[in-house]
Amino acid sequence: MWIYEKKLQYPVKVSKCDPRMARYLVEQYGGADGELSAALRYLNQRYSIPDKVVGLLTDIGTEEFAHLEMIATMIYKLTKDATPEQLEAAGLGTHYVNHDSALYYNNAAGVPWTAAYIQAKGDPITDLYEDIAAEEKARATYQWLIDYTDDVDIQDSLKFLREREIVHSMRFKEAVEILKADREQKKFY
Amino acid sequence: MFDAQWRDYMPYVSSNDPCPPIRVKWYVVPPNQYIAFQPMNLPQYSLDEALRRGTLWPALYSPYPSRREVKGGKANG
Repeated sequence: MWIYEKKLQYPVKVSKCDPRMARYLVEQYGGADGELSAALRYLNQRYSIPDKVVGLLTDIGTEEFAHLEMIATMIYKLTKDATPEQLEAAGLGTHYVNHDSALYYNNAAGVPWTAAYIQAKGDPITDLYEDIAAEEKARATYQWLIDYTDDVDIQDSLKFLREREIVHSMRFKEAVEILKADREQKKFY
Repeated sequence: MFDAQWRDYMPYVSSNDPCPPIRVKWYVVPPNQYIAFQPMNLPQYSLDEALRRGTLWPALYSPYPSRREVKGGKANG
């Protein structure tokens, strides 16, 4: 079970009225390398991974949900006061006719989220390598998003999220090392 | 010697599990995990042997016996 703390992991402040940016931020909401994919990937793989690293996947998967609501907050703030005309001008006309101002799990091109974005191969080394790759892809996505806005406050939140990808990648690499350990140990059965 | 590529762990087992427990689970860590950048002049198999095994270098060879064979000791449990 989870305990919910009713505050964001890191403050989200949006200082510029720029609905256009919401269109791009949604890549990290419902995209292949986004936070929803990350959370569901780790919280699903953890059942069949060796006990030594189950807790790591639980913790990181949980944190990804905290990142998801940071991204959701940014998108919501950027779109809640936009008129249909402003949304259309921001490239969100197709989103408006389908969802009004509701958030939806699709990527920046409007493709709905699919479970095909995540994998659980069952081989522990394979699954952790997928997780490491996913973190690096998310880090790169945050870089391109930071490049795409001049709102320093959104940039600040995105920089925090980018840094977390780096830390998570490091932790997954440590998990691989844990699973590689006891190589020299002789086993008799 | 290739047993060194296998790891085991004992997953949590509950007295309320519906099926007989598999107490030990296995996974393989192939040798490429320990070679960051392959050094020059490693020992090589003969060409016939290399074609059969899929690699020229014993250092990269990772056999994978079917885990349906209990005899190999890598079947679950």
